[in-house]
Amino acid sequence: MSGSEEQSVDEHGHADHGDGEHQEEAFIWKYIFSIDHKVIGIQYGLTSLCFLLFGFCLMILMRWQLASPGSPIPWIGTFLGEANAPGGIMLPEFYNQLGAMHGTIMVFLAVVPMIVGAFGNYVVPLQIGAPDMAFPKLNMMSYWVYFVGGIVMLVSFFLPGGAANSGWTSYAPLSIIATMGQTAWLIGMVFLITSSLLGSMNIIVTIFQLRAPGMTWMRLPYFVWAQLVTSFLLVLAFPPLEAAGILQLMDRVAGTSFFMPSGLYVSGEILEYAGGGSVLLWQHLFWFLAHPEVYVLVLPAFGIIAEIIANNTRKPLWGYKALVYSGVFLGFMSFVVWAHHMFMTGMGTVISAFFQTTTMIISIPSVVILTALLISLWGGSIRFNTPMLFALAFLPMFGIGGLTGLPLGLAPTDIHLHDTYYVIGHFHYVVAPGTIFGIFAGIYYWFPKITGRRMNETLGKAHFFFSLIFINGIFFPMFLQGLAGVSRRLYDGGATYSHAAPVLHWNAFMSYAAFGLLAAQLFFIVNFFNSIFRGPPAGDNPWDATTLDMAATTSPPMGHGNFVVVPTVYRGPYEYSPPGAEDSFIPQHVPPEEA
Amino acid sequence: MEIPYTVEPRPDTGLYNAKLGIWLFLASEVMLFGALFSTYILLRTGNPNWVQHPMDVPLATLNTMILISSSVTVVLAWAGLRLNNFAQFRKFGILTFLLSAGFMVVKSFEYSAEFSAGLFPWTDNYMAVYFTMTGLHGLHILGGMVVLGYFLGPGAKMWKSNPKQFTNRIEVFGLYWHFVDLVWIFLFPSLYLL
Repeated sequence: MSGSEEQSVDEHGHADHGDGEHQEEAFIWKYIFSIDHKVIGIQYGLTSLCFLLFGFCLMILMRWQLASPGSPIPWIGTFLGEANAPGGIMLPEFYNQLGAMHGTIMVFLAVVPMIVGAFGNYVVPLQIGAPDMAFPKLNMMSYWVYFVGGIVMLVSFFLPGGAANSGWTSYAPLSIIATMGQTAWLIGMVFLITSSLLGSMNIIVTIFQLRAPGMTWMRLPYFVWAQLVTSFLLVLAFPPLEAAGILQLMDRVAGTSFFMPSGLYVSGEILEYAGGGSVLLWQHLFWFLAHPEVYVLVLPAFGIIAEIIANNTRKPLWGYKALVYSGVFLGFMSFVVWAHHMFMTGMGTVISAFFQTTTMIISIPSVVILTALLISLWGGSIRFNTPMLFALAFLPMFGIGGLTGLPLGLAPTDIHLHDTYYVIGHFHYVVAPGTIFGIFAGIYYWFPKITGRRMNETLGKAHFFFSLIFINGIFFPMFLQGLAGVSRRLYDGGATYSHAAPVLHWNAFMSYAAFGLLAAQLFFIVNFFNSIFRGPPAGDNPWDATTLDMAATTSPPMGHGNFVVVPTVYRGPYEYSPPGAEDSFIPQHVPPEEA
Repeated sequence: MEIPYTVEPRPDTGLYNAKLGIWLFLASEVMLFGALFSTYILLRTGNPNWVQHPMDVPLATLNTMILISSSVTVVLAWAGLRLNNFAQFRKFGILTFLLSAGFMVVKSFEYSAEFSAGLFPWTDNYMAVYFTMTGLHGLHILGGMVVLGYFLGPGAKMWKSNPKQFTNRIEVFGLYWHFVDLVWIFLFPSLYLL
């Protein structure tokens, strides 16, 4: 950037400062319909945390049912309504709604909005030295479109027949003949997809166009790289699901037969559809999104973990370039693995072999990333604060999730394991103690920056250790059940199958662990609200970090504009413990002569 | 603090923000229509009893001509702004708007002829593909008309305050408009001729 532009920016910085003194923005424009990326990021964060809790509570209801099938749910059961749980006893139809909506809410309303909408929005512009996102109004719109999508999903519980009940995968033809909730699901999904598209385009343009002077590609913090690849995945993978959603909506509303085969009988009656459609077409279109979606969930978590590990080992990341190239390669490969979800559909050995091969290939960059993060710990004097504990736990937890995925990526083993609890265990290890631990690590790491106050370390550690124990108590027995052949989506947890008998006792164990996990979140909730109001002041650089978000801003960062003067970047993102220097770190924006 | 590169291109990428934004949007649109075309191919090749109803090729040819002309006029409108000739922009902008309206009118005649011939989305999968894809394309035309209407009406006052950015907006709109035409160029042969 030329000197004259810096000059003009400087003037605007002063102008903004002046505005703040004599012109109070109305509450509604400052906090509700704000176009400041930081406020929008916080809006995304709070909304998706609510959805995270709500989605978890749906699962708590299901776990009650699985632990003691057919027994009335205490107290809460009376509020579920006669249509769902007469006398507090859950009906199978309601169980199906809970399952479908748990998946949908967790993936599309909680984790993606949290990790891309909240962290991406809040942190990316700060880390690259930008005054805001490239399109602030579009940014506001993407939040509100997401919000409407969420409302549509919630309202669908009150429709006749309840919410969607065909699984989060919404396989045809079941989803096409399902109750009205499915139509609401599709409409909600169109909103959520639109929101993701707007948000991810914004992030890409921001990263390409608004990097501060000197912020070259190889000086980007790894979190920014992760967000960039993730956003490309969202831009390119979500539209096919939008197309599929439109087609399914046409099938349900306009009576077309895109996914309806000829001569389909349901309950002894032939359906009034022209037929000639393909049920597998839905699966292809769905998984074309939903596999890249896995990397949408995981890549930003890698990014958060990388930031925290570099910061708390007080040394540069090991293999930064390998991490970057692996992330980009992972992004490309994620588009050609989708049909490994479909080995059981009889698509033939040639195609299966192709997708097995690509699946094995994609595990390589994942392992490279995990290994680089692990080696980064070597020789560091590690600070075991709460974000670091979550980051450290992420590594083995994601490792378990990833490695248990390999047998699912190979057709011969997948035939046995397909649709069992093994699958549930596998992807929950990736997403729950993987990505959600990444989210908690990120919240504990950026909380002091966002609020200007520190969180309580004791409560944070209690939250971490109880969560770690209970979360493994939920998901590890799933592998045992799955290997024994217990199917997922069973309303009674497999009680009617004799082959499930030897592993059935785990159901109660897993449920107690789930209740324990819910209780452990109280530490977080109390800590969160208490620290907002009563936490000790954090200081401008609470973790002695090098990246611009922490080093070049105040806590909390100033309003519109973020920086008084646009920072110039002189070095890579992780200059910790530089040899010969007095400080244990040199921020990216400090000129060499001052370092 | 203002957001940089909203008007002037960034030297190292050679793009202003909105131009990169619209290219990304068009990339996502390619994936959207790509999925729909794939659906069409898969359903048609996978169904031995596929029926291809005869469509009104002359009307569709007329519509193709209309859309191609509108692609030319939108470029001329943008060129007018580049030449600092607002009257030329107005003339060709209005012409583009009228051409796209003409496309929609012809399309509505086609639809009503098909309805009266007893062809509906639920008739069979050819009609389902036909109505879904042309319908979605029609929505894109309609969206374009709304945006163009804004630029010709209330949005045009930006020409006085920030002519450079207004020119950029028309360029970005033109890119979108070419894409919508391009989709039709694929739809026309694959739905009407093949």
